[in-house]
Parts: sequence; C-alpha cells; structure tokens
Amino acid sequence: MLIILPLLIPLAMGIGALIRFREVRRGVVVIGTFLNMLVCLTLLLGLQAGGMYVSQMGGHPAPYGISIVVDTLSAVMLAVTSVIAFGVVLFSRVTIDANRERFAYYPLLAFLLMGINFAFLTGDLFTLYVAFEVMLMSSFVLLTLGGERGQLEGGLKYVTLNLISSTIFLIAVGLTYAVAGTLNLADLSRRLSGIEAPGITTLLAGLFFIAFGIKAAIFPLFFWLPASYHTPPIAVTAMFGGVLTKVGIYSMWRVLGMVFPQDLVYLQPLILTIAALTMVTGVLGAIAQTEVRRLLSFHIISQIGYLLMGMGLMTEISLSGAVFFMVHVILAKTVLFFVSGITHEVQGSYYLKKLGGFQKSHPLVAILFLVGALSLAGIPPLPGFWAKLTLIRAGLEAQQYGIVAVALVVSLLTLYSMTKIWHEVFWKAKPLDIDPHPQPLPTTWRGELKPSPLAPLPDGLQRDTEGKVGMIHHAPTDPILRETLEKHVPVNPEGEGSEDQGGGAPFGDRIGFLKSTFDDQGRMGWLLAPTILLVVCIIVIGIFAEPMYQISVQAAVGVLEPEAYVQTVLFPGE
Amino acid sequence: MVLIFAVTTGVIFACGIYLMLRRSMVRLIIGLSLLTYAVNLLIFSMDDLSTRGAPIIGATEPEKMADPLPQALILTAIVISFGVLAFTLALAYRASQAVQSDNMDVLQSTDREV
Repeated sequence: MLIILPLLIPLAMGIGALIRFREVRRGVVVIGTFLNMLVCLTLLLGLQAGGMYVSQMGGHPAPYGISIVVDTLSAVMLAVTSVIAFGVVLFSRVTIDANRERFAYYPLLAFLLMGINFAFLTGDLFTLYVAFEVMLMSSFVLLTLGGERGQLEGGLKYVTLNLISSTIFLIAVGLTYAVAGTLNLADLSRRLSGIEAPGITTLLAGLFFIAFGIKAAIFPLFFWLPASYHTPPIAVTAMFGGVLTKVGIYSMWRVLGMVFPQDLVYLQPLILTIAALTMVTGVLGAIAQTEVRRLLSFHIISQIGYLLMGMGLMTEISLSGAVFFMVHVILAKTVLFFVSGITHEVQGSYYLKKLGGFQKSHPLVAILFLVGALSLAGIPPLPGFWAKLTLIRAGLEAQQYGIVAVALVVSLLTLYSMTKIWHEVFWKAKPLDIDPHPQPLPTTWRGELKPSPLAPLPDGLQRDTEGKVGMIHHAPTDPILRETLEKHVPVNPEGEGSEDQGGGAPFGDRIGFLKSTFDDQGRMGWLLAPTILLVVCIIVIGIFAEPMYQISVQAAVGVLEPEAYVQTVLFPGE
Repeated sequence: MVLIFAVTTGVIFACGIYLMLRRSMVRLIIGLSLLTYAVNLLIFSMDDLSTRGAPIIGATEPEKMADPLPQALILTAIVISFGVLAFTLALAYRASQAVQSDNMDVLQSTDREV
C-alpha cells in the first residue's frame, strides 16, 4: 500500500489544488508535498537492509499486469525528488505571481511530480512511456504558463524536441515488444539475456539511448535545454533543472543497465566519448554565459556527462558513484537556482553585471551559494567530492584514463565558473549605474526602501517629484498578453498583483514602512527556508558519506545484477 | 502485407521528417503528427498481420487471434498524441501571434544578450 502513495498523494494534491481559495491551494500543496516526502523517506529507510517493494496493479500476476516496483535506486530517486518538490513548493509561494497561480500553477506542479514519481515506480516499459508523457505534458504547460514571448519561443523548441524523443521511445518500445513479446522490465531482463541475434538488441539499446538521451540532454541532443530552461519563473526552472533531465538518466540506467547490459559493453566507447563531450561542451557553454540562469542551465548539461560516465564504465563502483553524484547534483543544482532566485528577488536581475554586493548585504545567502557551488565543483567534505572521487577511482580501475582526465579538467572549469558567479554576484560592489532599459519586474516584487533619498534605486524603481519611490509601470509589449491582462486583472496604481496590497509605502508613513519591512522579511523567510533545507541535506550527506555510499552501492548492484529484481517481480511466492 | 506496411510506414516517416525540417511552424506540427501516425502503424505491424481474429476466448480459435496488446498500446498512444497535438497547436498559435511570423528562424530573442 505504501508504494502506491507517491502516485496517489500528488494526484490528490493536484485535484485539491484546483480549489479556488488561494490559501487553501497553497496549504494543500505544502501539506501534500510534505506527506509525499515522508512517504518516500520511509520507503528509502525501509529498504536499507536490502530487498524491494513490489505491487501488481489490478491483481494480475507479473508479466501480464503492470508492476510497480521500488528497489533501492527508485527509492533514492523518489526520496531526493520529494525533498526538491517540497522545497520548490515553499519557494513558489512568493516567487510565483498571482496570475500564474490562478491559472493552475500548483495543480500542474503536482501532476509533474506525479509523472516523475510514476517514472521511478514503474516496472514496465510502456507505463514508463505513459509516465514520461504525464511528466512532459505538465512540464510543457508549466514552461509556457504566463505566455511571455521568451517562454513561447523556448517552449516550442522544448516541446518539439521532447516529442521527437517520445516518438523514438515509442518506436523502441514497439520493436522491443516484437522481439521479446513482453514489456515488463523483469521479464525483458530475463528473456533478452539469452537471445539468439544480439544485433537487434544493440539496435534497440541504441534507440533507447537516443530517446532517453534527448530527455537527459546529452551531447549532440541538448540544444533544447539552454534554449528553454531560463525562460519560466525561477521556481519552475529549479524543479526542471534539478529533476527532469535526471529522469532521463534514471531511465537510461534502468532500461539499458538492466535489460541490455551486453549491448552497453558493446556501446561503451561511444557512451564514454559522448559523456566526455557532454561534460566539455556543457562547461564551456557555462563559462561563456553572463546570465545566471543560462549559466546554470549549461552546468546541468555538464553534470549529465558525469552521470553518463558512470553508466558508460558499467562497473559496480562507477554506477555507485553515479548514483551518489545524482543525489548530490539534484540537491546542489536546485540550491544554486534558488540562490539565483533570491538574488533576482532582491536586485531584480539575472545578469551578472547588474548584480553585486550580496556578501555584505546578505551573508547568509552567500554561505548557501558557497555550499552549493563548492559541492558542484567537488570540494571536500561536500558530497560532490565523494561522488567524483568514486567515479574517478572507477575510471582508473577500468583503465579509461581519457575520461578521467576530462572529468578532472571539467571539475576545475566548473570551479572557475562558480568563482565567476561568486565574484560577480557576491564580492563586487553593487553596480551604481541605473540601467536605461530596466527589465519589467515580476508583479509581486516589492522594492527595498532605502532611507537616503539620494541612494541609488534598484532597477525598475523610480522616484516621483516628491521623492517617493514607486515601481516603473511597464505595460506588456505583447498585444495579446496586454489584452488578456486588461480583461482579467483589475489595474491598480502600484502595478502589483491584485491580492498584494500595501507595497511601495511612502517614507513618511511609518506604519506602512514597518509593515513593508516585516513583509520583506517574511518573503525572505519563504525564500530562505527551502534553500536552507536543501543545503542542510547537502552538508549532512557530505558528512555522513558512508551510509549514503552504502545505499548507492546497493542501488547500483540492484541494476547491475537484476536477478533479485526478476525473482521478486516474476516469482514472488518462491 | 508486411511489405505494404513497411513501405507505408517508411513513407509517412519520411514525409513527417521532411516537413519538420521546414522553417514553418504549421509544417513542423503537421510533421510531428505524421511521425506519431507512423509510429502507430509501426506498432500495429508488430503483431502477426495474417491473424486478425477478435481476441475473445470462445469466439475465435486461439491460433487466429490477433494480439490485443499492440492495439492497446496504439490506443493509448493515439490518446496521448491527440492531447499533445492539441497543446502544440495552441502553443504554436500563441507563439506565431507573439512573434508575428510563422518562420521558426525568428524565434531567437531568448538567445540574444540584452
């Protein structure tokens, strides 16, 4: 019963979040994701001694019904995702504007979570396809929700490439059924191991590799990612950047590792080359960027290379390292996106040259960024170090010195890229010049009120003739968006969302000033709480690396030696 | 029969890919939907095409039964591709309104430095 809950809770949450009242919606998703987190962590703890949970949907025995299986790898992925989902929901509270929330933001997030959990839970290839579609459909809408021009452009590219990927996946599923006569992963693993014509399984493995590769953004197939991931609100980017591409890698491990292990050996040079190219192009792309979200998007690609390297080496220790790396990179990447969201919330920009001075003004944010960044680069004792150490040791043991060298150099370049953000956003002073063409601000943004009338104002704020500070009101340039907004949103002079009153209080109004300071602190709290939660997770994993490593080994063994999986799913009684 | 299926599927794939390589959004979407049709045909041909009896125990001889599973897969795939197609059409409509063009090459504003 417990193992179906990661599906049912997001479903119930998605339906509950359709309720009209804003606070009810928010309450439902916060409680829902929290329960989901508890369930997933319970599953992980329950598997610490080994074994797995299996359930057959509809009561049909294994190859005929749809199996829901939670082994250690699934449990690890479920647990990390549930933590991220909880964090993203908290972070959404102040970063998502009222209009997006009104147009079903929270239900979409819940259905996205359901799709992701479904992909981790299922033990059936076609159900995996359905899970991907549930996930993709929600992600399409989340990405384009709001209808800004950039979102539509990025969305079209994202949708097209992902649909092609789904098509290839479906072709591979159909051909697999023709070859093996089953789509149950356990049954496939048993039947394909002794097949007469190995050529056809290599073809299938290649098709699955391309299909999951597009979703995971591997080297020549990643172009949709930097084109689209920086366009939606930062909470959505954090969820996508943290988890979505990793579902592709998880499926790759699960399907290729369990069903086509002999073809992986055959494809090893190809996979390792692609892994190296993915790392290098990703990190070089990141170095060239000056916009924080785009920079971090390129880092996602770079990290995918390490996960691919773990699969390419295909030894127990390399896959353990990759599982460890997966946990660390999901947490660290989400932290970095959260921090960039906080800096945007305070200074209203994602561009490195317009940000600055955070080390002085927000030292806590600086520490949070540092933990995430150093973990990503692989500095001990943070988990990134242990993960990379394991991967590199695996590479040396397998005598694949080329990929080891690339992995080490890319780590250095990652550190360089993180230092760039650190220097630009945290060390250097806030640039004084006010941009002549300020970006339109999110509608719920509340300006920091500076006591000195001569102090430079953050972007997007202006002084009127009496010295009062107010937001520059930008009418949307897109005619359709403007029309829609005028139709649905009552225009108020502050230019803020209809449910956020009281911003932009004048200096003389002391109560208003205090209230706005208090509100700003409250907003900051909602931003900091999820970031601190994830950073604590990173530090705890870094310090208690040994238990985490044991879990990773268990997950890797579960994939590389699928006999236990096959036995538990197909012949539960014996 | 198998040859007809193979050729038809191949031609539809080719048409779909050709259309997707055009610069027009409308052709891109028609190409995408053609691809999904081609995949459905491909899955349909996974079954033995000479046995087309209804898979109902008692009504048909077991050796004449069609395999119901590929058909179930196709049904699911059709429903999913229908929903996705509807969304893609709406998205392309909004995108073409926002950029005032049907040309995919115009969709570059997010790649430029501000």
